[in-house]
Amino acid sequence: MATINGTSLDFRLLDRLSEGHSAVHRLDPRAKVLATLFFIVSVVSFGKYEVSALFPFFLYPAAMIAFADLPALFLARKTALVLPFAVVIGIFNPLLDSRILLHVGPLAISGGWISCASIIVRAALTVSAAFILVSVTGFPAICAALERLGMPRTFAVQLLFLYRYIFVLIEEGKRVSLARELRTFGGRGPGMKHFGSLVGHLLLRTWERAERIHRAMLARGFTGEFHPRRPCRFGVRETLFLLGWSALFLLFRLENIPRFLGTYVTGVLG
Amino acid sequence: MSHHIVEVKGLRHVYPDGTEALRGVSFRITHGESVAIIGANGAGKSTLLLHLNGCLVPTEGAVRVGDFPVTRSTLPEIRRTVGMVFQDPDDQLFLPTVREDVSFGPLNLGLPPDEVERRVEDALERVGAAHLADRPPYHLSGGEKRRVAIATVLSMEPSILVLDEPTSGLDPHARRRLMGLLGEFHHTKIFTSHDLDMVLDLCERTIVLHEGMVKADGPTRDIFLDDRLLADCRLERPLSMQGCPICGMKG
Repeated sequence: MATINGTSLDFRLLDRLSEGHSAVHRLDPRAKVLATLFFIVSVVSFGKYEVSALFPFFLYPAAMIAFADLPALFLARKTALVLPFAVVIGIFNPLLDSRILLHVGPLAISGGWISCASIIVRAALTVSAAFILVSVTGFPAICAALERLGMPRTFAVQLLFLYRYIFVLIEEGKRVSLARELRTFGGRGPGMKHFGSLVGHLLLRTWERAERIHRAMLARGFTGEFHPRRPCRFGVRETLFLLGWSALFLLFRLENIPRFLGTYVTGVLG
Repeated sequence: MSHHIVEVKGLRHVYPDGTEALRGVSFRITHGESVAIIGANGAGKSTLLLHLNGCLVPTEGAVRVGDFPVTRSTLPEIRRTVGMVFQDPDDQLFLPTVREDVSFGPLNLGLPPDEVERRVEDALERVGAAHLADRPPYHLSGGEKRRVAIATVLSMEPSILVLDEPTSGLDPHARRRLMGLLGEFHHTKIFTSHDLDMVLDLCERTIVLHEGMVKADGPTRDIFLDDRLLADCRLERPLSMQGCPICGMKG
């Protein structure tokens, strides 16, 4: 069961990962943002019954985890937490689409099951790519990169504040829920009845705190501009990184590698 | 050095809900003074501080910092002159590492990278937090957070330092250390506090706020000897000026 405490620790761990010093961490954030974007577009652009061609794409998360020295289990757990949402989206496909597309021995598999599986695999790929992007780049740097790539500054700052205030909200939520827990003695208390008021208070307190934080930022001359942690320079390494991965994604997208390998192997053996 | 002067004239502030927090406050603080603003809860201390760097706009009256009145157009200049340390360091520290948090102000001032670097090292050195530079702020202890919060403001090299309750929530050792640190600054210092012993140690002048008005303004020692005034304002003598509870003798 995910607790508020656990969530906040996870967020912070993700934040800390971005302070690493691997070669991937040192790349200009723009290269990583664009590579991730290209990855996601390639993955989602497949037809809805495609499953096998998606598997080569797992190379990207695996390679990034290896090169950037990220905790694979932690990221896998985080990704797994999001997958139920994908399942909810895909779960009705088998009911709506019962056309048989595939026979595995005596088992007939309908198009619905295949598209459902496709949705889940895609979700796993895109969500893990996003987590990896955050953990090798850091959220503030991503926002800065997006801005330098042409996103309006207002959106970049909004995103940053969203990220900053998630922590504030979690902190406040933690205290409120602890105070409630201590006075309900393990029971469920009055349940929903007081829940509305609790959430309302939480909102107001977070609001006030957000205002204080904003004041403290203004007091230090904040003008709506964030300065990146690392000086960015889009050099040879960035170009190689971006071109290399993009070319690979393009290959994976245009050529069904598992099928190709399958035909090749059966061809050689046969 | 007129830019170290803070002048408040007939300051009134009414919050949108109708609460009148300040009801005509006036004083003038000159260069190098160390001034405490004390008063009961709800006396208007924090509201007053928020006017000093333009976070709040007066309903009536005016605030002048150095040569500038505090208005919307002078805010950048004002905020460069007045460094404000807020009560809760968690409100002030929000970047992933201490170093980034301390460089936030100087970067906003548009300083070149090597100057920013120098100021960050300098500020962290002064508060004795150089070893914390690469730690994330939320992993620090209360005392460390407070010192880092002060560093985030020192790095902007303000001429006037404003602190809201600097010693609240600190253990005795951290409090002593912070007091030592504050004593070393030769800026104009203004702080609010309920820690009257610290006020006695650090401030030669004290302003007593009561229900949004200045009830007394004078040398700290004189104010703490006036028991009637203190009682009226829901205050009391600092512990070091009270009788010893063990031997029963007057201090």
